[in-house]
Amino acid sequence: MDLKLRSGDLTMCLAVPGKVLSVIEGDTAFRTASVDFCGVRKTVNLAFTPEVVVGDFVLVHVGFALSRIDADEAARTYQYLAQIGALEEEGFAPERALPSS
Amino acid sequence: MKYVDEYRDPQIAAAIAERVAHKVTRPWVLMEVCGGQTHTLMRYGIDELLPKQIELVHGPGCPVCVTPLELVDRAIRIASLDGVIFTSYGDMLRVPGSQADLFEAKARGADVRIVYSPLDAVKIARLNPDRRVVFFAVGFETTAPANAMAVWQAKREGLTNFSMIVAHVLVPPAMRLILESPQNRVQGFIGPGHVCTVMGFEEYEVLAKEFHVPIVVGGFEPLDLLEAIGMLVAQLEEGRAEVENQYSRSVSYHGNLPAQQVMREVFEVSDRKWRGIGSIAASGYRLREEYAAFDAERVFGLEDLHAEEPKECISALVLQGLKKPMDCPAFGVRCTPTAPLGAPMVSTEGACAAYYQYRRHA
Repeated sequence: MDLKLRSGDLTMCLAVPGKVLSVIEGDTAFRTASVDFCGVRKTVNLAFTPEVVVGDFVLVHVGFALSRIDADEAARTYQYLAQIGALEEEGFAPERALPSS
Repeated sequence: MKYVDEYRDPQIAAAIAERVAHKVTRPWVLMEVCGGQTHTLMRYGIDELLPKQIELVHGPGCPVCVTPLELVDRAIRIASLDGVIFTSYGDMLRVPGSQADLFEAKARGADVRIVYSPLDAVKIARLNPDRRVVFFAVGFETTAPANAMAVWQAKREGLTNFSMIVAHVLVPPAMRLILESPQNRVQGFIGPGHVCTVMGFEEYEVLAKEFHVPIVVGGFEPLDLLEAIGMLVAQLEEGRAEVENQYSRSVSYHGNLPAQQVMREVFEVSDRKWRGIGSIAASGYRLREEYAAFDAERVFGLEDLHAEEPKECISALVLQGLKKPMDCPAFGVRCTPTAPLGAPMVSTEGACAAYYQYRRHA
């Protein structure tokens, strides 16, 4: 599988995660952040995510942050997935010599 | 990139697919609603990783694809007027209208500009007070808050030269249409994670209950989709029909409340015509009366311009999951991304374009 991020990933309908580098305070509707996407910086409107602070990851769609990515939930999901990966990996090698008893 | 790369681990992907294969005892037909998910599935070959009993069909979740022909015609008519700057997401420019597309209008001298955000269109209006700036507001619930905010800001600033063609559609009414069809084959849905980031998933519980169909709100990376598929298969095998949330790092039960508030302020629910499908009751948004001055179709008096859909394109059946792109005799022959008959061959979210790009040489 080709698992690299391609430039075409930044299309209209997708929302992509980026890291908040700095916040320019203002009226709620006009509050913006400088957000890093793999080295590309963009100005993003924070009207819908007033809770966002520097260092957060946000999900960005057409110039707006739609959510602040929940780091705890992300860790929980990923740990579960990684666990499946580890378990199945062990299960995949049935011919591996078992320790003799 | 954090929250992207780790969800593309091929080893874990194979492991989850293996789990699904252990769990499945009979054939199941699953639909991913969102075109972004269709592309992930095709690009990473997830359909080929899964056991043969799992069939994936592709849903109507490409806003560009379901925008009716007559709106494209109206857009071209407006774009071609003197003194107009027409702005749009890039995807819309090659969508064929009855006679031409927006690119051709641009080649003939229309001032058509691609923007990344609706706020860019507002900025163009601010900088060009002697021109009328029109934005093609296409999208599902994901894009609606941004487009609503653009109108809200324009009104607050007192801009009188900005308007939009609103082509907003909603996901749950389209899912209902699919479920109500006598030909429906879909037994479980991967819910649209970004739509639900905005809207939450309360309204999907109604569908799950009424049609006894499991719905798992899924993310957009390969592992997200594989996990969502695994959760759906578990529900189906156990006879459950619930709404579950795989994409919990972004989606909460009630969704994004500030975004919903702006949408409600600017838009109201209305009937909408879907390309190839026809009118669906209460399936989209239009601008509220207080924002009528920003409604390009009213401003330019084009509400009566109608158009017939091309007969050969079977996109309506593809968008409802009744046909696969390759079932179309025109696929790859008389319909290609450079000379498309229908929108699903154009958009980066379109099922036909995904098959053309990733499966044609398979």
